[in-house]
Amino acid sequence: MIRTENIYKSFGETEVLKGITTTFEQGKTNVIIGKSGAGKTVLLKLLVGLFQPTSGNVWYNDINFNKLDKKELRALRMEVGMLFQGNALFDSLTVQQNVMFPLDMFTKMTKKEKLARVNYCLERVTLEGSNDKYPSEISGGMQKRVGIARSIVLKPKYLFCDEPNSGLDPKTSIIIDKLIHDITVENDITTVINTHDMNSVMEIGDTIVLLNLGKVAWQGTKEEVLESTNETLQDFIFASPFLQKLRKSALGG
Amino acid sequence: MYWKETMRQMNDIGIGSLVIVGLIAIFIGAVTAVQFADQLSGGLIPRYYIGYIVRDITIIELAPTITCLVLAGKVGSNMASEIGGMRQKEHIDAMELMGVNTAAYLILPKLIAAVTIIPLLVSLAAITSIVGGYIASVPFGVLTDPEYVRGVRSFFEPNYVLMMYVKAMVFAFILTTVSCYQGYYVKGGSIELGEASTQAVVYSDILILVADLAVAVALTG
Ligand SMILES: Nc1ncnc2c1ncn2[C@@H]1O[C@H](COP(=O)(O)OP(=O)(O)OP(=O)(O)O)[C@@H](O)[C@H]1O
Ligand SMILES: [Mg+2]
Repeated sequence: MIRTENIYKSFGETEVLKGITTTFEQGKTNVIIGKSGAGKTVLLKLLVGLFQPTSGNVWYNDINFNKLDKKELRALRMEVGMLFQGNALFDSLTVQQNVMFPLDMFTKMTKKEKLARVNYCLERVTLEGSNDKYPSEISGGMQKRVGIARSIVLKPKYLFCDEPNSGLDPKTSIIIDKLIHDITVENDITTVINTHDMNSVMEIGDTIVLLNLGKVAWQGTKEEVLESTNETLQDFIFASPFLQKLRKSALGG
Repeated sequence: MYWKETMRQMNDIGIGSLVIVGLIAIFIGAVTAVQFADQLSGGLIPRYYIGYIVRDITIIELAPTITCLVLAGKVGSNMASEIGGMRQKEHIDAMELMGVNTAAYLILPKLIAAVTIIPLLVSLAAITSIVGGYIASVPFGVLTDPEYVRGVRSFFEPNYVLMMYVKAMVFAFILTTVSCYQGYYVKGGSIELGEASTQAVVYSDILILVADLAVAVALTG
């Protein structure tokens, strides 16, 4: 479980996050939704320590993340996997070397053990046999899957995915979403996903946090989304005029 | 991991810059010889001084400074955009999360490569310049072959060679650290990346010129 406690974050004059308090549960896919520029990426990077909050704390169970020293931070990071918005695969390394990278950095496994683990992860994302390709030689969806394979190679307890299906077609999106959800349940991981895709929210979102103007505008479960009358949430979900019409007629208005 | 990357950088900086550095050096030597031949034409000063002047002026000043100014443009801008691109594509964030000390991992190999290879390039430039001075003067009867050689071998001051290496290493250090810094802390998108790589060159050049003067003051007098 990860908990944020009244997080503020400013860049110079601009205040991006203004008092975020929320909880991400273990064994569940917790999604953060919000418009572009709402601060989703900033919040995610705060959770893993790539940004420091201006004030407030991040808790991993009962560990205060912002009070860790270098060694403790390194230990915790071994348990963290992250999929970046643009994948962040290293161009000069092959698929296999990319996925193996965290093992090289964190473990003393033998070459053979590492290779076995890498192959298992590539298989898990149905990319067996692509070991020797370079990121530039594979499609966007495949790159995403390599990114996922790399983020789970250390058997993380915490998984963070920044817009895992941005730029993918609906079908591939669903495959990626399901993959993340399955991995989360299989390994009892605390997973946090950023997205603005309502499809994946309804597909895999166990808990949902809506960010708006730097604050938590709404939070709850998937089931509660449908019943909520929260205006910001409704605005966000039924963004298109077509959907608004549909909703009105469904409600008999 | 560091070693392989250092070798790659050495290759990029060294082999990649041979042609441009050689070309510039030949012309520097040639122009210096021709120009001084003209200015010494009164007959008061012996002709073999041309060889001597070309040697010292390239070793002390032109070879290290011009070479490094050019390398700041070529190698420095390249370093800034390479590291800046990695920052923007979140590669640096990803490495940071995977327990890599990114500043050391990205900058150290470049620094080691530059500080070892650039002095070699500079010595090559000095030698090529002296050859360039010969090519531009001896075949055209400005002075004879023995005169030029005598000039090159006269009043040799080993300290000047030391000075050349000190300059080359200082300049290499400056252009690498400035360029990597510009890349590492880049924000935004491709426009900012372009700006960072321009700034890498401009700041490197200014600092190199200032350091040039500082080394000259420190090592003479
Ligand atoms: N390093 C930074 N320095 C300054 N401002 C930043 C920085 N990172 C983000 N911001 C600002 O914070 C705000 C939120 O950005 P963020 O990337 O978190 O949005 P997002 O919700 O992830 O949007 P998207 O859905 O488009 O990815 C933006 O206004 C952005 O300009
Ligand atoms: Mg984002």
